[in-house]
Amino acid sequence: MGLTLFEKVWESHVVSRGEGRPDLLYVDLHLVHEVTSPQAFEGLRVAGRPVRRPDLTLATMDHNVPTGDDTPVDPLSQQQLDVLARNCADFGVPLYETGSGREGIVHVIGPELGLTQPGITIVCGDSHTSTHGALGALAFGIGTSEVEHVLATQTLAQRKPRSLRIRFEGDLPPGVTAKDLVLAAIGRLGVDGGVGHVIEYAGPVIEQLSMEGRLTICNMSIEAGARAGMIAPDATTFAYLEGRPAAPQGPAWEQALDRWRALPTDSDAAFDRELVIDVAAIRSQVTWGTNPGMVVSIDGAVPDPAEMDDADEQAAAERALAYMGLEPGTPIREIDVDRVFIGSCTNSRIEDLRAAAAVVRGRHVHPSVRAMVVPGSAQVKTQAEAEGLDRIFTAAGFEWRRAGCSMCLGMNPDILAPGERCASTSNRNFEGRQGAGGRTHLVSPAVAAATALLGHFADAGELVGA
Amino acid sequence: MKAFHTVTSRAAVLDRPDVDTDQIIPKQFLKRIERTGFGEFLFFDWRKDPAFELNQPEAQGTRILLAGRNFGCGSSREHAPWALEDYGFDAVIAPSFGDIFRQNSFKIGLLPVSLPAEQVRELMTRARAGEELTVDLEARTAGGFPFELDDFQRECLLEGLDEIGLTLREDAAIAAYEAAHTAPISTLTV
Repeated sequence: MGLTLFEKVWESHVVSRGEGRPDLLYVDLHLVHEVTSPQAFEGLRVAGRPVRRPDLTLATMDHNVPTGDDTPVDPLSQQQLDVLARNCADFGVPLYETGSGREGIVHVIGPELGLTQPGITIVCGDSHTSTHGALGALAFGIGTSEVEHVLATQTLAQRKPRSLRIRFEGDLPPGVTAKDLVLAAIGRLGVDGGVGHVIEYAGPVIEQLSMEGRLTICNMSIEAGARAGMIAPDATTFAYLEGRPAAPQGPAWEQALDRWRALPTDSDAAFDRELVIDVAAIRSQVTWGTNPGMVVSIDGAVPDPAEMDDADEQAAAERALAYMGLEPGTPIREIDVDRVFIGSCTNSRIEDLRAAAAVVRGRHVHPSVRAMVVPGSAQVKTQAEAEGLDRIFTAAGFEWRRAGCSMCLGMNPDILAPGERCASTSNRNFEGRQGAGGRTHLVSPAVAAATALLGHFADAGELVGA
Repeated sequence: MKAFHTVTSRAAVLDRPDVDTDQIIPKQFLKRIERTGFGEFLFFDWRKDPAFELNQPEAQGTRILLAGRNFGCGSSREHAPWALEDYGFDAVIAPSFGDIFRQNSFKIGLLPVSLPAEQVRELMTRARAGEELTVDLEARTAGGFPFELDDFQRECLLEGLDEIGLTLREDAAIAAYEAAHTAPISTLTV
């Protein structure tokens, strides 16, 4: 029997294995940020342990950093940033700090630098580490105790998860994006449908997706409960990686290609579960509730909890609607928004900004909406400015900001006021995620852009003639 | 790590599915650089509601939390189990957990117990009636129901073992792996 992509990567990283205990896996790349690492470094210090492989470790500042040019950093955030800088200096860990020109959201800079490569294992103290699986890496989020374990040993004890393949088939309707595909998949699976599994996304629709689109899809694996999502490396992956700073060069590039071409799932490999999704019926998606599985088509309406079968689901939906301030049956397109956020590790790459700019060009943000664009990294920001995207956004009335996690989780000053409603390209619509009392609806960059212009949920199609 | 053997206590009931770690400990409390002191911020926004389950008199002083399916989904923040533990909980019983939350809980000696949904529901009924429940790690039972936990995880918890210390005993195996595999990347030469 053949092996899956996931099994190939897992098996090639087992350091030791024993009856009744988890496998000890080698970690090829450990990404670190300011929020989930201070206690881990402190643990090393107390135990007198060094970082085993600083050369396989990379730190950046993303969660807490202000994105306005003159915004001050609050003292607690500044302390966390300072502690990260000191820890990196003390333990010899390379750090891309704010202003270095290479800083950005940890899941944007890994692929951008070419550090994220097919067949490697990547961990980070952040649940959206699943993003990196888009290049055929096995990448998952860990907690602070595990961060300390990886810093000290470059390994992690893990039980092998089960495997789930989601095949996207059929013709992708115009205007439907990677974000819509993954939201629709989460709606189908439920927010716990992927618990205990690694998802492989496959099928003709995935094969035709750009690298950016694949990163968006793998990013949200955790929103279905799966710790990791993966996509087989192919010509798109190789073209994306070639020439990036950390990518192999010369003869090493050719050798790497040989290794990477052997990674895709064998035709006779078996998955623990399989799901096939026909994309022909998928339209732009908008979440209506307080988790990413509470999602409908933009052409749909807010669902009625009374029509739900499961008592838990019904109670959760009632709570969600009360929190979101929505009535059952309200058409999604008739819901007005106060804020629009384009950014986050889900949708802040150059292609996302191009898609939003294409909708915005020559138009203006609705007078009742405050809209902001936060590029995922300093390099994305530079590239977007070179392409003139920043001027399209600012001319339309968007705020153009510096790189960071920003309003995805509101650890910096970018937050919603209580009751404010936001169309957001981020990944979580949990209660209070973007600010206590804030109401988040997850959408694609194109829908976020059209919504900013019209003041209510809209897709680009609605702008024709508007 | 704190060792866990057995706990007997009344239990608090939080009968909601998909309680995410953003609710357990909101982001504004993740800026601390210590591991301790998170308990007072547990369920910070929900606790503002007098009707919230943990605000009820019968929930005070409980050391076991009974929760709905997919408890602890979302963010990887270990601050969530830190907050539950610091607040006074030793064990959480639910039909299922977010994978990262579950893993994080084991690492700090907060025992996550998975039981079938109907058994959790029965325990909720018993807890609401004021009955004390016992979670016994040695016997692998919770409220009398057997739960699954592998020997390695159980032993780590019973002994309060330092997992990093355990792994460092395998230094030879790690060094052998490193000798046999050229690192595919280096963060120092990017």
